[in-house]
Amino acid sequence: MNKQHNKAKKFGMVIDLDKCTGCGACMVACMAENNVPFKADETNKLDSITWLRVYKLTNGKSFPNADFCYLPRPCMHCEGSHGHSPCVSVCPATATDYSHETGIVSQIYTRCFGCRYCMAACPYHARYFNWWDPVWPEGMEKYLNPNVSVRMRGIVEKCSFCYHRYQLAMEKAYYEGRREIEEQEYQTACTQACPAGAIVFGDLDNPEHAVHELKKNPNAFRLLERLGTNPKVYYISSREWVRQAGDNYLRQEGKSEKN
Amino acid sequence: MKVSRRTFLSIGSFIVGGAAGTALSPLPWKLTDDLSIWTQNWPWTPMPERGEVSYVNSVCTLCPGGCGISVRKVNDRAVKIEGMKGHPVNDGGICILGLSGLQLLYGPTRIKTPLKRVGEKGQGKFKKISWDEALKEVAEKLGTLRSEGKSHTVACVSGSACGTVPQLLKRLLTVYGSPNFMSVPTMQDAYAVTLKLMHGVDACPGFDVENADFILSFGSGIIEGWGSTVRMFKANSAWQDKKIKVVQIESRMSNTAAKAAKWIPARPGSEGVLALGIAYMMLRDGLYKKEVCDSAAGFEDFRKTVSENYAPENIAAATGIEKETIESLAKEFAGAASPLAICGRGQGHTPGSQYEFMAVHALNALAGNINKAGGVFTVPDPKYIAWAEPELDETAQKGMSSPRIDGAGSETYPHAKSLLNRLPPAILSAQGECPVQALLISEANPCYTLSDTQTVKKAFAKIPFVVSFSSYMDETAQYADIILPNHAYLERLEDAPAYAAGLSKPVIGLSKPVVTPQFDTKHTGDAVIALAKALGDKVAAAFPWESYAACLEETLGDKWKSLNEKCFAVVEESIEAPLQFFKQECKPVFAEGDEKQYPFVLMPYDSIRLANGFIGNTPFLTKTVPDTVLRKNDIFVEINPKSAGGDSLSLREGSAVMLTTPKGSAKVRVHLSEEIMPGVIAIPRGLGHTAYDKYLAGKGINCNELIGPAEDSGSGFDAVWGIRAKLSSVSI
Repeated sequence: MNKQHNKAKKFGMVIDLDKCTGCGACMVACMAENNVPFKADETNKLDSITWLRVYKLTNGKSFPNADFCYLPRPCMHCEGSHGHSPCVSVCPATATDYSHETGIVSQIYTRCFGCRYCMAACPYHARYFNWWDPVWPEGMEKYLNPNVSVRMRGIVEKCSFCYHRYQLAMEKAYYEGRREIEEQEYQTACTQACPAGAIVFGDLDNPEHAVHELKKNPNAFRLLERLGTNPKVYYISSREWVRQAGDNYLRQEGKSEKN
Repeated sequence: MKVSRRTFLSIGSFIVGGAAGTALSPLPWKLTDDLSIWTQNWPWTPMPERGEVSYVNSVCTLCPGGCGISVRKVNDRAVKIEGMKGHPVNDGGICILGLSGLQLLYGPTRIKTPLKRVGEKGQGKFKKISWDEALKEVAEKLGTLRSEGKSHTVACVSGSACGTVPQLLKRLLTVYGSPNFMSVPTMQDAYAVTLKLMHGVDACPGFDVENADFILSFGSGIIEGWGSTVRMFKANSAWQDKKIKVVQIESRMSNTAAKAAKWIPARPGSEGVLALGIAYMMLRDGLYKKEVCDSAAGFEDFRKTVSENYAPENIAAATGIEKETIESLAKEFAGAASPLAICGRGQGHTPGSQYEFMAVHALNALAGNINKAGGVFTVPDPKYIAWAEPELDETAQKGMSSPRIDGAGSETYPHAKSLLNRLPPAILSAQGECPVQALLISEANPCYTLSDTQTVKKAFAKIPFVVSFSSYMDETAQYADIILPNHAYLERLEDAPAYAAGLSKPVIGLSKPVVTPQFDTKHTGDAVIALAKALGDKVAAAFPWESYAACLEETLGDKWKSLNEKCFAVVEESIEAPLQFFKQECKPVFAEGDEKQYPFVLMPYDSIRLANGFIGNTPFLTKTVPDTVLRKNDIFVEINPKSAGGDSLSLREGSAVMLTTPKGSAKVRVHLSEEIMPGVIAIPRGLGHTAYDKYLAGKGINCNELIGPAEDSGSGFDAVWGIRAKLSSVSI
């Protein structure tokens, strides 16, 4: 068929935890871009919707040997094996789907009926349920982004790798007679905002994209890799205890001998 | 009726068959689908309107950092703030507060019209009035005071002293006849005094962090918001890439300390002592730049003082750091090609002690990195505001010759330009009539940000006439008699000089309106010009401009065109800065309180996720605050588990406890943390607002309520960094 048909892409992220300062700009950039609502009290983190959440990891040692590291957690856009990511496998409404074109796990709000199976299935707590109607104080609806629909009560939402930005970039490319987009044409809001330059986003399979090389860094790892979720978010840390914290290792398992 | 087996079966099969038939038909699925579509079309779920997309470049003025921003608009709505690519300060990056700025612009805390107080002072009860009425009332009050010969009792508090709007306010006071223009002091003021004393220049420090190859930070929150935030974040990432070592000296492991190559927890308040201890080693081992220092005035005295008083044994005891650590630190610092020592605690919003600033600057001097790549530059004021000297009438001359209320520039405090911390005590200690009869407040929230806020509020309640120019209903605006609301930062045209943000090359920015004013507000520049014109005669004559915009265009002169296009202009100005060493007269500032009665030291800490200055936290920022800092409305203080067991308290994670200092007490919860020195309690800065909206008010407590000012003996600034405290049990 058409040889010019889009090459399959596998969008992913490499987050340098040595550079991440835990400032939270990515969280707010995401909330501002994706019309994420807020309540008067957001201190119960179980019902606080943050598509991208920055976790704080500690090494468990006592003063003065204590150390900590921040870890931003978007949706991992798990590939599983052949697109069988944990959430996609359990959704009875086909409201979440794995795109073989982009490698992005979608969430189709109008299909979701709020059973929350996907939340139970996701090992990364990347999915959030709208327990309440989204309400903005009077006048604040003005800043809502028309590219992302506002979610209503009773459905699940999560990070989309700013898929609407992909759509806009593709539309622009098509309009200009191109079939492919450049690396910089499609970047997520968090990547763009990160003042430390810790987040790098691109096509993991494209050798011209920075993430292609970065993911091969010897200090690169993924979260809960042993579950076989095959996530598309890589982390880099020069600290061994951080890399260890990325999975449920047994106490001495996998540690280098000198430690 | 008798139900026969036949009837039962036929009815039963009808029901079962009917149910099965319905289930197999599309009806239930269609109904479920309709139901979910119906719920998705509830009219109260907003549908953002589509439209034409455009970008407006401007400069963020939420802090003095001077970052360029690019605001995405859909029709006339601003929908997203992003960093401006290619801007010399932030090159595309943006901080968490800057990102959430639209929540300030469109937020419920905006003041929508001029207001006049109707309730008690501080109660926050106002009625709407028109701009004509409001300006008339203020002008009449100022006119009356002037005609009574009380012009010097009018004071002004401005968030900054740089830029045309603060300078217009200062000019208004000058021609009106009052020397009492005050700005909110920060670490930049302490640095300015340091540069004055050690180089004899009027300058701001510029830190060449991009070219430094060893960073010794005395508690500066490099990635907590110190200096120009995004620029420091970028520098920090560049250091990671280049494997440049950062050593952080701080009693609590901040984000900066966690990212640093080495964290040295020093006893709180001993930073200046440690700096001089390092200086001792450098002098002893000849590790300083002799060609620079030996010829400098006062060097021999300095060497003598340091050699006599800062031997490693004493320093180890005072700081709690081992002698060997200090020694290797001195060697590393002196051995680097471009070492850089910086200070100013946390975000640097408080000035800090002159002793500490001069001690740290002395390290840079010893390393010979003043006005050198990778070092500290003495950056002069870009002086683009060159208005004609105003002509003063007799009243103004008389008023200007009276002493300042805060004592700045007097014999006791010769170096400070303004001492806002001395204003509340001056008001409260005065006999008879309040020495401040009218106060104008612009872009400042002293009723929240000054130490010992209770006292500050008492003082403010005594001022007969307070005028606020605030765009937001903050704590200080609540004490106002008249509010003349300014346009919000994305609605107004204004210069945004970023030369006080530690940049080695200062940048003048032009903040441009992104959207038209949303409410019935007025640019403070225009309000000031209108007031001057209403006061008439020579006061009016000093303000010949038709409007603020005209004034700004004239002021910027040949820079106007390029600023309008690019939003920034880099200033390349340098100033000769001969080195002179100071006589050791300044003293360290200690934490207030008796050690026996108060066994702990309470220190506020800065977090990038909590705005703690004039701008209150936005809902998005508060949402990112971890639940180890705030849960419901309870604030958490950090304490080492080793300190939590004693005194029959046996605190556990989340225990409620009464935190008492010589200034007050508050109920808090504890977060046990191994990232803090035993004996120290850390409390976040930026919570405990009483004003603003339900997304911020009433959450946690304001640390400034528990901490009293500690006047620095050298400069007169409030150099408080902590206070002694105790914990006692409390019933929940």
